[in-house]
Formats: sequence, structure tokens, C-alpha cells
Amino acid sequence: MATATFRIWRGDREKGRFQDYATSVSEGMVVLDAVHRIQAEQANDLSLRWNCKAGKCGSCSAEVNGMPKLMCMTRLNTLRLDQPVTVEPMRSFPLIKDLVTDVSWNFRVKKTIKKFNPRPPDAPDGTWRMAQQDIDRVQEFRKCIECFLCQDVCHVLREHHYFDEFAGPRYFVHVAALEMHPLDTEDRLEDLKKAHGVGYCNITTCCRKVCPEHITITENAIIPLKERVVDEFYDPVTRLFRLFQGKKSGRSAKRPELKEDTDAGAKTAVPGSYSGSAGAR
Amino acid sequence: MPEYQTHSYDVLVIGAGGAGLRAAIEASSMGVSVGVICKSLLGKAHTVMAEGGIAAAMGNVDDRDNWKVHFADTMRGGQYLSNWRMAELHAKEAPECVRELEAWGALFDRTQDGRILQRNFGGHKYPRLAHVGDRTGLEMIRTLQDHGIHQGIEVHMESTVLALLTDDGRVTGVFGYERERGRFLTFRAKAVVLATGGIGRAYKITSNSWEYTGDGHALAYDAGADLLDMEFVQFHPTGMIWPPSVCGILVTEGVRGEGGVLRNKEGRRFMFDDIPELYRAQTADNEEEGWRYTQGDKDARRPPELLTRDHIARCIVRQIKEGRGSPHGGVFLDISWIKARLPNAAEHIQRKLPSMYHQFKELADIDITKEPMEVGPTTHYMMGGVKVDGDTQMSTVPGLFAAGECAAGLHGANRLGGNSLSDLLVFGKRAGRYAACFAKEHREGRIDNALVSQAAARALAPFERNNGTGPYQIQQKLQEIMQDLVGIVRTESEMKQALAEIEELSRRTSAVSVEGNREYNNGWHTALDLPNLLTVSEAIARAAIERDESRGAHFREDRPAKNAELGKISMVVRRGPAGKMLVHREPVPEIPPELKQIIEEMK
Repeated sequence: MATATFRIWRGDREKGRFQDYATSVSEGMVVLDAVHRIQAEQANDLSLRWNCKAGKCGSCSAEVNGMPKLMCMTRLNTLRLDQPVTVEPMRSFPLIKDLVTDVSWNFRVKKTIKKFNPRPPDAPDGTWRMAQQDIDRVQEFRKCIECFLCQDVCHVLREHHYFDEFAGPRYFVHVAALEMHPLDTEDRLEDLKKAHGVGYCNITTCCRKVCPEHITITENAIIPLKERVVDEFYDPVTRLFRLFQGKKSGRSAKRPELKEDTDAGAKTAVPGSYSGSAGAR
Repeated sequence: MPEYQTHSYDVLVIGAGGAGLRAAIEASSMGVSVGVICKSLLGKAHTVMAEGGIAAAMGNVDDRDNWKVHFADTMRGGQYLSNWRMAELHAKEAPECVRELEAWGALFDRTQDGRILQRNFGGHKYPRLAHVGDRTGLEMIRTLQDHGIHQGIEVHMESTVLALLTDDGRVTGVFGYERERGRFLTFRAKAVVLATGGIGRAYKITSNSWEYTGDGHALAYDAGADLLDMEFVQFHPTGMIWPPSVCGILVTEGVRGEGGVLRNKEGRRFMFDDIPELYRAQTADNEEEGWRYTQGDKDARRPPELLTRDHIARCIVRQIKEGRGSPHGGVFLDISWIKARLPNAAEHIQRKLPSMYHQFKELADIDITKEPMEVGPTTHYMMGGVKVDGDTQMSTVPGLFAAGECAAGLHGANRLGGNSLSDLLVFGKRAGRYAACFAKEHREGRIDNALVSQAAARALAPFERNNGTGPYQIQQKLQEIMQDLVGIVRTESEMKQALAEIEELSRRTSAVSVEGNREYNNGWHTALDLPNLLTVSEAIARAAIERDESRGAHFREDRPAKNAELGKISMVVRRGPAGKMLVHREPVPEIPPELKQIIEEMK
């Protein structure tokens, strides 16, 4: 059986260093397997998070050879094993111990986002009608497994530490899922502009590149949200319109109109002015 | 006694998977204070792994479906050992629970007319599973999580319960620790809901995450509660088998629901060769009819690949044992063949089974739209658990409730796919409601400091020992024993050998030592999990020896037939007065005539 060396960060809040561990490796192994083997055989108190080991829970986020990755989905045959494989914790969050970081900030940010608020049910039995084509794009956002790799790689957080004024890509995906949900009636644009600082994002697409779920974070979520903020707060025509109407005209298409035909397939939501993503303008 | 950080709630929920979150939301909506303790971060519980869907007889795809059909399917699947009251409530209340999720933001796949789409699954007569591709569990847990965080529920993440505290026979709180700093915590609670999931980590090959160490089962047992049906462990027929590092990871039944077929190395669809009598009338007898069923033909009967999991797992084991397995010791599961039937088959597979496509592509270099998968059985689900009242979910210990996988009753001898997510919702909600009622009717109980001190001393003991066995070595040894001796095919002599080895491991566990300090120490945590794993392993083996017949998921090679007498008996595990584990036989509650009639009509 072949042997490979893993250079793993060991340390706590105060101090730390890389330590090399040699361990046997075999066909099909992923980084998490190797780290587990090291933990069981050489370093029982090595700290790491993991749960599903199948890329579905987003627990085992780390930086492998400097790249933000899920350890459970990083196969050893994609790495050079003739040199040490470095495994270190996500750098954007405070270290707890070894590979475990304090990601509690993320959970606090989520609480500040206004929750889902549906329109009244469409049918007397309390149910709604939605067309698959209208939920496809929201389902993309809902694939998110909250691994926080996008937060880890975002320079607004990683380099500039704007944790108090910026929600980060994960939460723009979350807001996009809510805002583009065909049933939702809530307005999150002011929060997006102010509390959540969507303007800080300068669409470098780093988040999209590391997303293990391949969510098109920048183009499908963040850019449309930026456009909505611009429409709402900066578009002169809208502002003029609002002056006369005395209301937030930008929200008028928020609730999709339903054709009232009861034939099968006819209750299709008309997405109105929100149909476009980045390229539609 | 040293002062530990203490929290106080009306209702304390242990576990933040589907059942725990649903219970917490329900209790909180009744105006009581609610705390949740979970071993991992919020939203990472094993529910995220559920793929296929939520079984609920909404009749959106086939209007012949209703609660009666679902009830009869569940009872048949459970070989009539299920608690009829739970099966009835489950079938009646599941649709409402699915609609609640939609009202909280869940986005299920849609039918042509815009309603919630439902898919076929093993043992369900009609397409019944509300789903989101093959990531239904993620949708469910995220919906509950995102709704729950706005309900004023306090969540204690990465915290583990080490003991239930009782006073005068009633639960009054719990003792545990938080992983980050390794500090002990005490919780006062008027009612406690166990929602800790299953026991899969007792086995070597499992689809379960590290959290599944039977905590709720063992905590309840230690507090004097009854455990029921512990001999029934579900081995899911299709887990990944290659490469070795991914062995056990689940391959959803949805693959077969979408038309996937099982073949041996000779290319034969061996499931047609062995269709049980109980299902013969409902099962297709040729490939053509089976295909039409998966494509929604209401006149067709289901293909044998959609028989119950216990049966399929055994058929696969037989193929492998008789030398007709695949190169790596499994059988072939093929969805790519549908390209002969459907235009755009590759696209269709990727849309309906995205995470399966992704999983095989990334972990095994297999493109499931082009080639077959290799699969074999994997430990998946625990039918057995805490014995509860069907309506309230209260255990035999006052104030202690249980819901979801750690509770028993709904699934009897075998669970149908899709009935787990609906179980979490229906009974999580009920447990939350009745726990809140209990809390309103009772005062806060007394915390027994002696119990707290004992539990704390027990937890710290591994640090004080030197040169004991490491916790991982004992865990691995136990997993091998259970896999080899109390697995899919069982005999009395092997299980007695397992009991002797479990006893030996218990001795070694009391001498286990760990290194490092208390801060986020995975080794220490593994040591603390061991007593729970040993308790559930012993309970499984003892109940399985007592049931000297084969039924559902429990297959005894030395007693291959069913015993009609035991079809009316449940095995109950209880702690004896001297601390010894005892197994009692209890009659299964009599099904009332009107429900019996439904079962007869649906045969």
C-alpha cells in the first residue's frame, strides 16, 4: 500500500503549527479518509467536523493545498502525493482547534434575514400552485449545503473582515432564494442594501468557483439582487414613479399574477419583470 | 457538587434533525420555552442525507391514493407488527405535514398542474413521495431550520447529552457537555423529547454519520424506559461498495423508482425470480409491465425492484453468496438502460437524480447515465427504539417523549422508504405538542445532584487512565462484531458469540483512556459514545435471539420460516432490577375491526 504525507494544522486559539503525518493510502480514498485514519491511529485528539461523508451536509470544509474544499469530496488521485498534502482550517473564521473553526457568525447573520412570508393560498384546501419552470432557479439556490466555503473565500470577509456590514455570498444565495420564491411577499431590498451590504461584492466570482454544489452564486443570485437594489433605490424613473404613486413601485411585480384558468397546467405564474437574470437587461 | 452552567426550559428537545426541529417548532408554538441540544451544527443532522421523499397520500399524481391505502401499505410492509394507532395517525396526518412545509417555504418538484409532485417507491401502491430531486432531506431540514430560528427556540449546537436526570420516576432534566470547551452543562426541563436518530454506527458498513450511536435509545434505557422491536435493523439494499472508502454510502431507492433495475453478473434481472406471496398480486411479472409502471401507467403493476427493502437486501446477498455478484462483491444497479426507452435519457437522469449523478461521478468515476453502478446492502435504519404511546409519543417514563428514528412502533418489522421523513414530521409534531402539554401541567422537578456528580465523574474517567485501549479501536471492533455476527443473516450461535464479545468490550470500555484535553476532543467524544453503542448492540442481539423466527428485516438462517405465534408478539427490552438487560414478550395491540377491514380490502 502506498504512503502519503499530510501536513495538518494543529493548534488552538493561541498558537499552532503544521505537523506532518504519514499514512497509508489506497484507491478511491478522499482527504477525509486519510485524516480519519490519522486521527484513529496517530492523533486521537485531532479535531475536525464531519457528518455525511458524501458531500451533502457541508461539515468537513477545510483548505486542502490552499484551496477551500470539502474533505469528503476531495479525492487523493486529484492531488500530488509525492509532496505533503496540506490540510488547514478555513482562514476566514476564528480557530477553535485544529481543523475546527468558529462559524457561529454565519448562524447569527441568517437570523437577521426576514423569513419567508407566503401569499394567501391559491386553492380552497390551503395549497398553492406553482409551475416547475418558475421554481427551477430557486431550487438551484436551495441546493446550498451551508459549508461556508463561499464565505471563506470571499475577500470582503477574508481580507477586509467586514463581518459587521456584509452578509456574504451564502446569505445572498439565501436572500435570492426567498426573493425569487414564487410565493414570497416580503421585501428585503433595503436590508440587502444597508444591513447586508450587497454593494461590497465586486463580482470576482471566487465564491461560485469553490461552491461544491456548483451553484452559480455570482451570476444567478448576487447580480440579480444587485440589479433589484439599483432598480429600487437608484433608478430615476422608478423614483419619479414612486413620487406620484406614493408607494414602492419596484415591488409591484413581486407577486406573480396567476391566470385564473383551472385547466391542467394553466395556473402558471407569470414572473413579471423579474424573469431576467444578469443578461436580460 | 461543582456548579455547572445551568439552563432551564419547559421543553427540551435532544436532537435537531427532522423530528427534533419539528417537535421544537410545535412546542414553541404552544407558548412554552423550548431548548434544543444537538451534537453537530444546526442543519447538519442525518436528515440531510434522506434522498427519496416524504410519503404522504395526497393523491396529486394518482387520485386513487388516500390514507387508507397508505395505512394498509405501512402495515403490510411492517409485517403487521406496527403499532396500528401510529400507522393510522401517520397515514392521516402526513399530507397536512407536507403542506405545512410548503407554507414555510419548501419547494417540492411540481406536477403539470402546479401541485406537489409524487414519485413511486418500494412498497407504496401509488406514487406517493413528495420530493425535491434526490435531496428531499436537505429541503426538509433547511425549511424547518429556517422557520425554527425565528420561533424563539434556543439551540445549543455541538453539545451532547450524557445522562437523563430523573426524580421519583419522572424526567426532570439532562446532563451533558459542550464540545468547544469541553464544559459540562445541566438542563432543567419539565418535559424532554428524544429525537436522536438511529444506531448505524454500531455496524461497519453503514449509510449513517458518526452521530448515529443510539444515544436516545441508551439514555431512555438507562432511565428505565422500555425499548421495542430492537431486533429489526433495516439494511438498505443499495449502498455504494466501491471504492472501499465510500462503502456504505446510500444509493437512493429513487433510482429504482425512476426505472433503475438490478442485475447480476450474468445480466439477469434476478428480482423477478423471487416475489413473495404477500406481494405477488401487486407485482409485475414481466419487464415491460414494470417499465410502464415507472412511467406512470396506472394499469401496470410495480416492478420487483420496488419490493420492500428487507426482501431486496436478502435477494442481493443470495446473488453474491452464490457467485453471481459484480466484480467488487455487489450487484449491478442500472439506470442508464432507460436510454433505450427515453429520448434525452441522460438529461432526464441528471434532473431526477442529481446528487446520485454527482456522488458517483466524483467519488467513483462512474457516469450513471452511461454505465451501471455496483451496489450492496448497507445498515440504514433502526425500526426499533423507545416504546411510546401512539397518540402522545410519551415513553414509559413520565415526561420523557421520543419521536423519529429513536422511537419505535410505526414501522414494525420493516420500514417502507419515504415513511421515515413523514414519521419525523407527524410524530415530531405530536411529541412537541404533548411535551408542551405535559410541561404546562407539571412543575419543574428536582435535579438530583448525586446523579449529576456521578455522570460527570464517569465522563472524566478516561482522562485519568493511562495506557488503556483507544476509543477508536473499541468502536471498530464492535462494528466488526455486529456486522459479522448480528447482520442481515443471523443465527443463534453467532449472536450468543456476539453477546460474549460485547461483554468483553464493555469491560475494555471501562478501562479506555484518551489523550489531550477537554477542548473539542473527538477522541474523548468517541469514548463517551461507546457505552451507548454497547447498550444498543446488546439490545439488538438479545431481542434477535429471542425472536426465533424470520420476519421482515430480521432473518434467522437457523429459523428461516415465520412463526405465526410470534407474529402477534413484540420484543420489549428493559433494564432489570439488578442492572441486567431483560427481554420480555408482549402482545401486539389488537387492530380494531374497522382498520382490519381496511387491511382486508387492500389485500
